[in-house]
Amino acid sequence: MIPISYYVTLSAIVFITGVVGVLIRRNIIIILLSIELMLNATNINFVAFSNHFHNVAGQVFVFFALTVAAAEVAVGLAIIIALYRSKSSINVDEFQLMKW
Amino acid sequence: MTFPLSDLVAILPELIVIGAACLVFALDPLTPPSRKDWLAWFSVAALAACAYLTISRMGTSVSAFSDLVILDPFAGFWKLLLYGVTGFTILLSLAYLKAARLNLGEYYGFILLSLAGMMVMVSAADLLTIYLGMELMSLSLYVLAGFKRFEARSLEAAAKYFVLGAFSSGIMLYGISLLYGVSGSTRLSAIAVAVTTRGLDDPMLTLAMILLIVGFGFKIAAVPFHMWTPDVYEGSPTSVTAFMAVASKAASFAAFLRVFLEGLGGLKANWYVLFLILCLATLALGNVVAIVQTNIKRMLAYSSIANAGYALIGVVVSGYVPADRAAQAFGLSSVMLYLVIYSFMTLGAFAVIAMLRKDGVEGDEIDDYAGLAKRQPVAAFLMLAFMASLAGIPPTAGFIGKFYLFMAAVKADLAWLAVVGVLFAAVSAYYYLRVVMVMYMREPEAAGAEFRLVTSPVLAVALACAFAGVLVFGLYPNPLVSFATQAVLVLR
Repeated sequence: MIPISYYVTLSAIVFITGVVGVLIRRNIIIILLSIELMLNATNINFVAFSNHFHNVAGQVFVFFALTVAAAEVAVGLAIIIALYRSKSSINVDEFQLMKW
Repeated sequence: MTFPLSDLVAILPELIVIGAACLVFALDPLTPPSRKDWLAWFSVAALAACAYLTISRMGTSVSAFSDLVILDPFAGFWKLLLYGVTGFTILLSLAYLKAARLNLGEYYGFILLSLAGMMVMVSAADLLTIYLGMELMSLSLYVLAGFKRFEARSLEAAAKYFVLGAFSSGIMLYGISLLYGVSGSTRLSAIAVAVTTRGLDDPMLTLAMILLIVGFGFKIAAVPFHMWTPDVYEGSPTSVTAFMAVASKAASFAAFLRVFLEGLGGLKANWYVLFLILCLATLALGNVVAIVQTNIKRMLAYSSIANAGYALIGVVVSGYVPADRAAQAFGLSSVMLYLVIYSFMTLGAFAVIAMLRKDGVEGDEIDDYAGLAKRQPVAAFLMLAFMASLAGIPPTAGFIGKFYLFMAAVKADLAWLAVVGVLFAAVSAYYYLRVVMVMYMREPEAAGAEFRLVTSPVLAVALACAFAGVLVFGLYPNPLVSFATQAVLVLR
């Protein structure tokens, strides 16, 4: 039996990797992938806790989270394609028509 | 797997809205381009049916789907507000979409889907339903933000909204998973129990709470999680901006209040300090940066940030006085009252902005309003009323909303917070009244090239309703106040 703290540590590492990826990468596709990493870190947590508590609610949550993540990617990629058609770029530094 | 019929009846308004949205998507290809209005009227009819159902059930409290969903007066209050806001947005969009050559039927479908997400959010009693509702709302709004797909600014707004929105919901979801780890359930009631046994100093609970604050902070546009707001509000089609600024903020506040008072109510002593910091930062940045804006949609974006700051005063009050139930309820009801009033004045202001055009180009710079009072006295007067209300000048409703919030702060021995709020309200008068000054004092640009209003009878009715709301609730707020007081969350 692997202790729960191992899973939580793994999920924290994956989550932080995702957050750092969103903050420092400039390619919008990589940013999208980093967001997916964050969501998957959450799924690790849910399944690990679900196993720990012998309670199925966490695994049910994972199904919903996976579905939402898939829908999110579909909408996100559609937006990115539309943006690429108008700008011929997927670098977020070039998306600055509006600045304060 | 079967559900009892009573559960399905309980979520009938949500089912109607989702069904109507699916029908709109299905009927859209069959509707000739000149008849897209029918889809809008169909959506409004669905909203009216939902409003009837929700009103007929007000005053009762029912939970459904083994406590995933709760239908209490609090949820009913927000749902009625959301129906009103959505109906107004649809009426506003009829003329706007034609003028912007965006007359596509699926627009109404996305508005309805977004509304369905918000309805799930406000009546959720479980973090799972809150998360699902929030994602349904946000995904539809990402699409709507990029609806002008031939215009780079709109696409850029959609991309920024999407990236930051998905980032924030990822952070919130991680917080939810930690809360599940603490309590073994995502029910708000089970989390409340776990919070009392774990106590205030549990590090995992504190981390989960901070992550949830970040997630909700993004949705309600509180500083320092506000950076998407100005760009997204400026780039999105104006009717969508109005919907985003009002409906999504109201729904997020509703879910936010329920999570923090019902689920994490035991951590009040921890979270009120964080909210106090957020509230002060939001008031300061929103009001100060709004002064230098030249684009009116961007200015209203900062104004909506500042208004989130005012509403947070009520949240701080409800956390600051853990022992005094009456003061807590007063703080909460003043938040609810303020958001209703905010809806009227912000929708009204955006409706006027959506009408202003020159040769098919939208007039969203403040300078475009020069001399509007001479050419379009009625519209200029309406804008004057909405701006005065946003600035909180009596006898408009904006004054009543701010008055109740500041009174709640004074009652809870936070008089200094009320003073800070009043000072920032005085700052805000500068940038709201600048629009009025430009409309009334400045001479119009060269004749013939000036901006005109694209009006329609439907829009006139909608604007009249918003104006009546701003004025009537300013002079006679009692019905609204008692409604908000009755609908306030039952605090444990």
